[in-house]
Amino acid sequence: MYEGVVQDLIDELGQLPGVGPKSAQRIAFHLLAADPVDVRRLITALTEVKEKVRFCRTCGNVAEEDQCRICRDTRRDLSVICVVEESKDVVAIEKTREFRGRYHVLGGAISPIEGIGPDDLRVKELMTRLADGSITELILATDPNLEGEATATYLARLVKPMGLRVTRLASGLPVGGDLEYADEVTLGRAFEGRRLLDV
Amino acid sequence: MTSRLVLAAWWGCWVDPIDHNGAVGLYRDEGVVLRTQKLGEADRIITLLTRANGRVRAVGKGVRRTRSKFGSRLEPFTHVDLQIYEGRSLDVVQQAETIASYGDRIVDDYTRYTSGTAMLETAERMTAEEKEPATQHFLLLVGGLRTLADGAHTPSLVLDAFLLRSLAVAGYAASFEDCARCTRPGPHPFFNVAAGGAVCPSCRPPGSVSPARETVQLLAALLTGDWPTADQTESRHRREGSGLVAAYLQWHLERGLRSMPLVERS
Repeated sequence: MYEGVVQDLIDELGQLPGVGPKSAQRIAFHLLAADPVDVRRLITALTEVKEKVRFCRTCGNVAEEDQCRICRDTRRDLSVICVVEESKDVVAIEKTREFRGRYHVLGGAISPIEGIGPDDLRVKELMTRLADGSITELILATDPNLEGEATATYLARLVKPMGLRVTRLASGLPVGGDLEYADEVTLGRAFEGRRLLDV
Repeated sequence: MTSRLVLAAWWGCWVDPIDHNGAVGLYRDEGVVLRTQKLGEADRIITLLTRANGRVRAVGKGVRRTRSKFGSRLEPFTHVDLQIYEGRSLDVVQQAETIASYGDRIVDDYTRYTSGTAMLETAERMTAEEKEPATQHFLLLVGGLRTLADGAHTPSLVLDAFLLRSLAVAGYAASFEDCARCTRPGPHPFFNVAAGGAVCPSCRPPGSVSPARETVQLLAALLTGDWPTADQTESRHRREGSGLVAAYLQWHLERGLRSMPLVERS
């Protein structure tokens, strides 16, 4: 145990995800030894992120204004919405440069065992967005795990009466891997989603 | 260190095998994945109900990465053959091979998924102590998930059958024919959760309910596995039966299941 503020700093850093007591101690002593200008820059960044960043009123993505950068961009395809679980997923898809539509961030996935149901996610907001009739395709890009699949199944069933084109991201073999190491479900999905080689 | 010194004095040598890189606690078992929780950057804590070791919590290292060697093998509803080594605080999954994957067929139907999740949570709650063998619970769960995935019966009936049988395995079998208090042969018109099932008019405690005769017959059929009778019941009796089963379960678990309010009853 250290005295006063040093221990307070270690305790606070230890609250961060993935930071254990040893790492917290190491970061705290790094900050103690660091240039005061660098530390002040970190303080400013932390303060600003809490003051400025909010959630986009349209899609739920993190934004510095009322709407996020993607929802404000008029060059994007307004007829397609890609549904993701977290804002981190928006960044991952944006990196691919394959998708030019807009997003909808649910804020998690349906997990009854954790007590998380559809009412705890931004499902109502999604239905409101779909109700205006301008959307023609809904891409379900929830995580390819059980909760993500269940969320996609639930949304597909909910949206079906609207007559939209509902698609799900493909599952299959990761690029660069060996076939023999693929599990049965992944390999089965890869077979289901096999494509014609047009050579 | 004191305990190691004392042990060394007793046995005349150091006896801690881990410190001396001796025998590593490695075991092989089969189990059903009940729940997963994120751990650190790419790991997960996997809760399993195993055949020989009861409920086990083990770390699946790197399982969240898309290139993980485990793939979907450590997802809930998967029946896997495992090799695990005993860690200091948590065990670690070393190898996993799929025996049967029920998740794909269960998750295709949202009603099935919510019922299945309640079954997994029940199995976890019924096995309170880690590594205490619970073979009957394991076999019951595997059978229940197989039935649910096959889709031959309504998911809520499969769930109620599983809950009643799970309670019976735990020693809380409900009585649907004889009086739960005086064992007088039935059928009896009253049902009391605290008394343990059907009760006769003379034993009836305050707060007893009087369900329809068909509802009690349905519950008895679910407990004994009489599917032809159960499948023919009307939805109002199924609804009433599900309410009684949920109340009976909550009474014995003391705390309700988190997944139960989210179960879709078709």
